[in-house]
Amino acid sequence: MTDQNPGRMLDTGFFRGWLTAAAAAVEREADRLTELDSAIGDADHGSNMQRGFRAVMTVLEKEQPAGPGAVLILAGRQLISTVGGASGPLYGTLLRRTGKALGDATEVTSAQLTEALRTGVAAVAQLGGAKAGDKTMLDALEPAVEALGTSFAAAAEAADQGALATVPLQARKGRASYLGERSIGHQDPGATSSALLIGALAQTAGATE
Amino acid sequence: MLINVPETVVADALRGMASAHPGLSVDVDNRVVVRGDAPVAGKVGLVSGGGSGHEPLHGGFVGPGMLSAACPGEVFTSPVPDQMVRAAAAVDSGAGVLFIVKNYTGDVLNFDMAAELAEDEGVQIAKVLVNDDVAVTDSLYTAGRRGTGATLFVEKLAGAAAEEGQPLERVEAIGRRVNESARSFGVALTAVSTPAKGSPTFDLPEGELELGIGIHGEPGRERRAMMTSHEIADFAVNAVLEDLRPSSPVIALVNGMGGTPLLELYGFNAEVQRVLSERGVPVARTLVGNYVTSLDMAGCSVTLCQVDEELLRLWDAPVETAALRWGR
Repeated sequence: MTDQNPGRMLDTGFFRGWLTAAAAAVEREADRLTELDSAIGDADHGSNMQRGFRAVMTVLEKEQPAGPGAVLILAGRQLISTVGGASGPLYGTLLRRTGKALGDATEVTSAQLTEALRTGVAAVAQLGGAKAGDKTMLDALEPAVEALGTSFAAAAEAADQGALATVPLQARKGRASYLGERSIGHQDPGATSSALLIGALAQTAGATE
Repeated sequence: MLINVPETVVADALRGMASAHPGLSVDVDNRVVVRGDAPVAGKVGLVSGGGSGHEPLHGGFVGPGMLSAACPGEVFTSPVPDQMVRAAAAVDSGAGVLFIVKNYTGDVLNFDMAAELAEDEGVQIAKVLVNDDVAVTDSLYTAGRRGTGATLFVEKLAGAAAEEGQPLERVEAIGRRVNESARSFGVALTAVSTPAKGSPTFDLPEGELELGIGIHGEPGRERRAMMTSHEIADFAVNAVLEDLRPSSPVIALVNGMGGTPLLELYGFNAEVQRVLSERGVPVARTLVGNYVTSLDMAGCSVTLCQVDEELLRLWDAPVETAALRWGR
């Protein structure tokens, strides 16, 4: 897929499109996320993400933020205000810090998005105190950011692989960690929803090519 | 279950709480319970919160001598930062606000975000993390010890210090000291049923019990054939004492998980006191009842809090809340 060069310009519409695609993916996959969460958590990841991304769609429609950074900051704040649990602050921080790093430009390059997303993912790691291999969102997000330097499609592939690779891991963060070795053998719901978010990004990049 | 529909259980309970306790100011839409006379001039505010299903924690501990406000989330789901920010604004007199946070990933993250937002609005925030559950032994490889029964002690003793007019740093220091001085261990005789699911969330056959549980139906340290009250007290108190090793008297909280009658809890307390006496641990005060619960779960927990003269004075200080009241 020829979806990227480092100088490709991404505008406000691109970022709205990304979040719209992410919201659609969450709707489509909500039951699967909840099912994964019932194995090693408290069976509400799908419904929590659904509530959050529905609220994001509503607020983006209502407030019409101008600029890529403003879109992500508004979406992040909305997730923080509506999701609760651990996912709300973590996803909210991912989008808010990525948006802050993009600043108030009306267009950004894909290279700038890669760097901003790196900042956002680092903020998630800091907030959650987790690192790669702890069976969390980071297991999908960190490889995705590395691959994003190559292409959007490579990032989506890396995120999917990262989510799959959480199956044999033992959880060391979040409620799944209380299960100890019993968390082994299940795919992490947070890594799975993170892969959906990166997949939506690649889809949007392809669709706007 | 005695409910209408699962979606409204939290809001319904808040409306009922408002009617029963006119001394509280209850914002049902924004899910904040505030003591009616807040903000109290010159007084540090205390805000706590967490998932619903642990009543009377935290709303039942709002009032003079204890919490200034509480933020209830969905059942077993942490509240969102907007609730804590709103609560902090409502109770801040300018003396600052202490957040009391149970150690669960969701609670910690949402309170952290709320602290940042409240500080942006000019409210000085300090935080105390409660992590007293000795059943979580592998803290390096988990989210760490859970916050359970010690939350009551932190809220009571820090609340009394704030009521005396002590400044934020002192109230925070007392909260930390109380958490470091308190340990808990819990036992489940039945699984818990959430309103959304309507049936037990895990399978615990009759004739078995789960030792070392949390307050969300998380799995325990081990499952065994049913034990007597005598045997459970030996196991629970010894688990706490292995970790706490008190060098001064303790306050004992013999807590019901929501589905165990007081008749049984008092009987269990007699056994707890017996073990403490055998182990040579003097008991300064005892509280028996359902305070930090897990919906309809049958079972109990023991929390011991080591106290010096100052902490004992703060425990005895007047308190006037829905669930704890004395000395006024």
